[in-house]
Amino acid sequence: MVDLSVKIGQMCLKNPVMTASGTYGFGEEYADLVDLSRLGGIVVKGTTLEPRQGNPYPRMVETPSGMINAVGLQNKGVDYLVEHIYPRIKDYDTALVVNVSGRTVEDYAAVCERLRTLDKIAAVEINISCPNVKQGGMSWGTTTAGCESVVSACRRAWDRTMIVKLTPNVTDITEIARAAEAAGADSVSLVNTFLGMAIDVERRRPYLSTITGGLSGAAIRPIAVRMVWQVSQAVKVPVIGLGGIMNGRDAVEFLLAGASAVQIGTANFIDPQVTIKAIDYIRDYMERHGIERIADLRML
Amino acid sequence: MLWRIMKQIIDFEVTECAQMGPNYALLRLRPLRGEMPSIEPGQFVQVEVPNSKTTYLRRPISVNYADRHELWLLVRRAGAGTNALCNLPEGARLNIMLPLGHGFSTDVRGRALLVGGGVGVAPLRMLGRRLLAQGVEVHFLLGARTSADVLQLDLFRQTAETHVATEDGSWGHKGLVTAHPILQEPWDHIACCGPMPMMKAVAAIARERGIDCEVSLENVMACGLGACLCCVEDTADHGNVCVCQEGPVFNIKRLKW
Ligand SMILES: Cc1cc2nc3c(=O)[nH]c(=O)nc-3n(C[C@H](O)[C@H](O)[C@H](O)COP(=O)(O)OP(=O)(O)OC[C@H]3O[C@@H](n4cnc5c(N)ncnc54)[C@H](O)[C@@H]3O)c2cc1C
Ligand SMILES: Cc1cc2nc3c(=O)[nH]c(=O)nc-3n(C[C@H](O)[C@H](O)[C@H](O)COP(=O)(O)O)c2cc1C
Ligand code: FES
Repeated sequence: MVDLSVKIGQMCLKNPVMTASGTYGFGEEYADLVDLSRLGGIVVKGTTLEPRQGNPYPRMVETPSGMINAVGLQNKGVDYLVEHIYPRIKDYDTALVVNVSGRTVEDYAAVCERLRTLDKIAAVEINISCPNVKQGGMSWGTTTAGCESVVSACRRAWDRTMIVKLTPNVTDITEIARAAEAAGADSVSLVNTFLGMAIDVERRRPYLSTITGGLSGAAIRPIAVRMVWQVSQAVKVPVIGLGGIMNGRDAVEFLLAGASAVQIGTANFIDPQVTIKAIDYIRDYMERHGIERIADLRML
Repeated sequence: MLWRIMKQIIDFEVTECAQMGPNYALLRLRPLRGEMPSIEPGQFVQVEVPNSKTTYLRRPISVNYADRHELWLLVRRAGAGTNALCNLPEGARLNIMLPLGHGFSTDVRGRALLVGGGVGVAPLRMLGRRLLAQGVEVHFLLGARTSADVLQLDLFRQTAETHVATEDGSWGHKGLVTAHPILQEPWDHIACCGPMPMMKAVAAIARERGIDCEVSLENVMACGLGACLCCVEDTADHGNVCVCQEGPVFNIKRLKW
């Protein structure tokens, strides 16, 4: 019998497939098209202490096998999540993870603090990797000291599972991963988007209002797989792999690279049912290869 | 809307791909299984584009016509994705997510002018038929660069009184739709879909004369479901809102332009 369940810190997932923050709203947006109770977990949209309008339109441009976004953490703030959104999603039969972002260390910790009252939130994912905000966001994730200060503050404010989401826009991602682990992370997830840029050559202007943005989708997958492989050798905590997963095969690739679970983002825009198909594929794959547990999925 | 139609993903077969000059095609589609959900005028679909190496995301396209067994999409060749759609052979399969967004308000009385520009005429006939059935007096005003860009003129004429403006004067009134004399008549409601400069000009006229007016926006989209927040429009009442979910149709009272 194949057992798809996975444990990340104290959080139990029924299978290793989660949705990536910012690409799945609060799950509700996909409820017509997907049986959400089949998902391993849902990571909801990046949440900050105060409401944020995000960046001006245009915020998205398609690029070869990918897209660059500059949404910039538009959200209604943690109080709105607590009062209005949480009551609507709390009974989903899947692990709920809130992606937390902030300008200052105190902001991050305050959001975690507010979330503590919500019993059904299994974990927070500390986003020290958003390339689309001027202050905070990625700047915390590009130095070991920045990472250490945010992660240890959140650790003090949050006693359930804490995942730290890493940016790939660094020279050595293993260094940051180790700093997150040392500061108390129960898991690291990677990658967030790669800083990218695209220009409309006829109009001679950048496509995005912010000029640069975050590249996601199939285009980034080989780099993400390489980073997941490196990080999984550098830390003891479980690694959650993501970046350009388009189908079940790609999900298995990340698991073989050393990830304990995966997240799927951009691919949901193309096939909203990709997560369910990936779960079925992983089960089939394990049966075909005579592998019983996710932890035994390893490269030969 | 009193009830909400569930979004679905349906495989369609192309029953006809009729070229309309060099720049447009009308795709007639049949669901491979089951029936079409009901669709409101102004709602759109997200089409997965086959046969295009460079097209990654789905493409949003308005519903031109729909009944329980058929879906029509009117497509302009704007780039690689829409080109591939316009080149589909009969029998090709298309995977489509629908129905998406909120369409035009049908709570209209009196006299309504439905203004379309280029491929933006696509959703207007469905709206016109709905309003006519409610006893509204409907006129269409179609604008285009040349007579070759006036799409589905016969169908519009069969439906209601139709006025045309072409920039080169090759059909109807010469000049922009906004200079057409029919706009000067008294209207209770204007619905508009077309290029941004046209919608802005029509909105300006409606504002000046105090006419209730809706426009259909075409912001660049990724998910089409309200999940990614890529397609936002800055509104007067709620700041950035998703065009794919709250729109694509907006009353100009909500818009900042
Ligand atoms: C709600 C909605 C309804 C639509 N309905 C129709 C329809 O009924 N028929 C139809 O032909 N088209 C419609 N469009 C526009 C259509 O989606 C775009 O033309 C298409 O996505 C372009 O894809 P492409 O791969 O052909 O071109 P691309 O190579 O992606 O783009 C070609 C050029 O068009 C520009 N462009 C692409 N998308 C947009 C956009 N959304 N707004 C402005 N400029 C853009 C690009 O910057 C580029 O310069 C609709 C769009 C929306 C959002
Ligand atoms: C439109 C969009 C919005 C995103 N918003 C967030 C966010 O709020 N927080 C976050 O940690 N990551 C965010 N991301 C990054 C994704 O969660 C993911 O790390 C990245 O897209 C790579 O995975 P993918 O290629 O499967 O999409 C966003 C990505 C996209 C495309
Ligand atoms: S296109 Fe994703 S929210 Fe509108």
